[in-house]
Amino acid sequence: MLTMTHTALHKIKVHSMEAYPEECCGILVGLENKGGKEVLDVLKIDNAKGENRTRRFLITPADYRRAEAEASAEGLEVIGFYHSHPDHPAMPSQFDLDHAWPSCSYVIASVEERIPCAVRSWVLKDDRTAFEEEPLESLQKEAYRPIRKGSARAIHH
Amino acid sequence: MSTKVMIPTPLRAYTEKKDVVLLEGNTVGDLLHQLTSTYAPLRRHLFDDQGSLRSFVNVYVNDEDIRYLQQEETRVTEKDTVSIIPSIAGGKESAQ
Repeated sequence: MLTMTHTALHKIKVHSMEAYPEECCGILVGLENKGGKEVLDVLKIDNAKGENRTRRFLITPADYRRAEAEASAEGLEVIGFYHSHPDHPAMPSQFDLDHAWPSCSYVIASVEERIPCAVRSWVLKDDRTAFEEEPLESLQKEAYRPIRKGSARAIHH
Repeated sequence: MSTKVMIPTPLRAYTEKKDVVLLEGNTVGDLLHQLTSTYAPLRRHLFDDQGSLRSFVNVYVNDEDIRYLQQEETRVTEKDTVSIIPSIAGGKESAQ
């Protein structure tokens, strides 16, 4: 189970609209406990891919390292990533599978003709043969405190 | 001689939740071999079927990417810190 507030989900959808027809990407920061993962912050990341940005995204090691350091300083963890699939279902591709890290939630936001559609979350199977969908719950109330005010921080190159 | 190896969050499920592991070896390859011998399920996530480091797995000695050093032959000492740092890549199936 992956939980996030409506605000966090909204930020992902807005980012997917802004980036359309290119793919957007970002990092999910939060906590993992027995009940699942809780997203407490959504970090927008500039797609570092130089070409084919309508069907590819890249988060650099430098961006990852910075996000992990920031999360750690707040007592949190990088718990997953998000990206958009413009005019394509919110399901992982073979390319997503080939490049996936274990343990992480991969949130995929489908956006069709700039309109946000389905948002689904996936986790790599331990044997790397496939993704499994994990339930994604979006909470109405702001049950979680943001790490800091205006938590839609962005990392720009 | 032990060298500090930093483990990124996605891999800590395989290292007993440790974010730092101390390993013995003279090269990065030695350390990675020891790491995946100690924590065998890590191997498939770091290396492909041909035994090469996966393209999205980045290994740094201090702040230098080993691709720009001597790759897995890069020598290390106890004063170095080796970090495994993810690149995150993906995208939809076909060009549209």
